[in-house]
Amino acid sequence: MKQAVDVTQLKVDPQTSRLITAEAPRKISDFDKNALEEALKIRESLGGEVVTVTATAEEAKTTIREALAMGADKAYIIKDPAIAKIDTLTTARILAEAVKKLGEFDLVLCGEASIDSFSGQVASRLAEILNIPQLTSAEKMTVENGEVKVERALEDRYETVKAKMPALVSVTRGINQPRIPSLMAIMKASKKEIVEWNLQELGFTPEKLDASNMTVEVLDVSAPKVERKKIFVKGETAAETAEKLVEALLQEGVVGR
Amino acid sequence: MSEYEGVWVFSENQPLMLELLGKGREIADKLQTELTAIVLGSGVKEKAEEAVNYGADKVYVVDDPKLETFQAERYLSALASLTSQYKPETFLIGSTKDGKALAARLATRLNTGCVTDCLQIEVTSEKGLTARKIVYGGNAIATITWRTKPQIATVPPRTFEKPEFKERKGQIIQVEAELEEPQTEKVEVKPLEVSQVKIEEADVIVSCGRGFEKKEDLALAEELAKVLNAQVGCSRPLAEDRKWFSEWIGLSGHKVKPSLYIACGISGVIQHVAGIRDSKIIVAINTDENAPIVEMADYIIVGDIHEMIPAITEAFKKHLSA
Ligand SMILES: Cc1cc2nc3c(=O)[nH]c(=O)nc-3n(C[C@H](O)[C@H](O)[C@H](O)COP(=O)(O)OP(=O)(O)OC[C@H]3O[C@@H](n4cnc5c(N)ncnc54)[C@H](O)[C@@H]3O)c2cc1C
Ligand SMILES: Nc1ncnc2c1ncn2[C@@H]1O[C@H](COP(=O)(O)O)[C@@H](O)[C@H]1O
Repeated sequence: MKQAVDVTQLKVDPQTSRLITAEAPRKISDFDKNALEEALKIRESLGGEVVTVTATAEEAKTTIREALAMGADKAYIIKDPAIAKIDTLTTARILAEAVKKLGEFDLVLCGEASIDSFSGQVASRLAEILNIPQLTSAEKMTVENGEVKVERALEDRYETVKAKMPALVSVTRGINQPRIPSLMAIMKASKKEIVEWNLQELGFTPEKLDASNMTVEVLDVSAPKVERKKIFVKGETAAETAEKLVEALLQEGVVGR
Repeated sequence: MSEYEGVWVFSENQPLMLELLGKGREIADKLQTELTAIVLGSGVKEKAEEAVNYGADKVYVVDDPKLETFQAERYLSALASLTSQYKPETFLIGSTKDGKALAARLATRLNTGCVTDCLQIEVTSEKGLTARKIVYGGNAIATITWRTKPQIATVPPRTFEKPEFKERKGQIIQVEAELEEPQTEKVEVKPLEVSQVKIEEADVIVSCGRGFEKKEDLALAEELAKVLNAQVGCSRPLAEDRKWFSEWIGLSGHKVKPSLYIACGISGVIQHVAGIRDSKIIVAINTDENAPIVEMADYIIVGDIHEMIPAITEAFKKHLSA
């Protein structure tokens, strides 16, 4: 589960039009809650344990506590300031090491994409590194007899695909409605364990995390420019307002072609 | 000199591949290098020839019955074997859902970088590319560059123009690739019913938001659309919550670029706006003069859709029949 920037509460520096992300609140990336919800449903019907894994440069315990309140059994947080500037390949490598350290598993669930960086790569890269089957963009999923079956809505077709577990599934937002934890659940979550790991424990030296070893570099993040006319059209009556609008649009040459 | 050379394009979706050839040609010309298309499939001679006629200097073809339909591990192993052997410097891959996963996996095998959903790609320095993509839920555009080769980028449909068709000569080369066995099994495949005209291709769109409280009111938008020869679209809640539509416009839905986009009863929050940014003219009809859509519109009518849409329909009828 990624701790992401709450993208609905971002501010833009009016001078540079750069985005100010430092002050925006953090939350669990939306799709990851769908992934957790799916994991909880599987546990409810088949048993087992649900743990969350988060790689982050910042404090994330408060955010991840919500996953525990939703019902996860235990949370692992890999925290290191260097994580702020790593690429998707390194993120996937870190998560892969964490998954290996956790031992045997049946399923890794991810979001299809994270709400802030929106790369949609980490899940596929992670499965590739772990060398397990991957089922991406799941709109529905079921687990039965050691197999996981998912339905995927693609651009031109609807597919049902299955694979033997262990496997990785990335989910869409439409797959379910994540539960909202009750007050009781929130209180109980405060007693659940959050384990913090550092990158050394996972075998990552500082060189491996150095900017020069990243595959991509983000040069700039700015608000898109909006150049719109912003003309209010107003007449005495609705008919007159409509008439003015239609005349303007005909003038623009965007209708009646 | 770098051992990586040339621009490659691939998409399992042929129309998208032709669009990539347009952008690929531009990059290849700037870098004075070759443009290569990768065609995978069974009996795909025509696709390869088409790639040449849309601008490829060279086509590598892996023709194998096992590649008849898309299968991730087979396609991935074919691409991985070609890229390791011929070392392209740049590789553009069509950003379908399958294409995106394919690109991320290929990049992992090659230990290289991938930028997904690029909306712009430019040659900036001698051999460096930079790409732009939407991040932070539509609030920002990131400019990203690669530090490793091949530079893999995925490009969504309708981002770049399909080039002109021209009878051209190019090299079509059959190659062998060792194909990995699938790790997943397809149980069922159903074609999706694709609507007659795709919303991305519409020239005029009348779009409905939560300002429409009753389903019957959609008739107002349909009436206007009919007069304008337009398509009707919607914001996400009308599709996801109310199920009045199966698809929506915006960041997580379709990105459109019509000449005219009429937003009726849509507040215009960033996730919606991210899908309509490329519209030429945006009109907003909203009861709230402070709705965010106002900042994004060229013409704004502060008013009720129930009153204003019929009035506009009438006015258009008068002008367009004249
Ligand atoms: C990760 C994520 C992705 C998302 N992706 C998308 C996306 O791709 N597309 C999308 O659309 N949304 C998306 N959303 C949802 C988005 O945040 C908004 O909830 C949604 O766009 C709001 O739809 P709306 O404008 O129709 O409704 P509202 O925000 O409720 O706006 C209704 C508007 O109608 C006006 N109105 C009301 N009555 C009338 C009337 N009688 N006449 C005229 N005006 C009236 C109101 O003033 C208001 O401005 C996404 C959300 C998330 C979290
Ligand atoms: N830092 C992270 N920690 C844990 N999971 C992550 C992290 N980054 C990405 N993921 C997972 O990968 C998915 C896709 O992320 P992204 O590739 O950034 O779009 C997310 O929905 C998460 O499930």
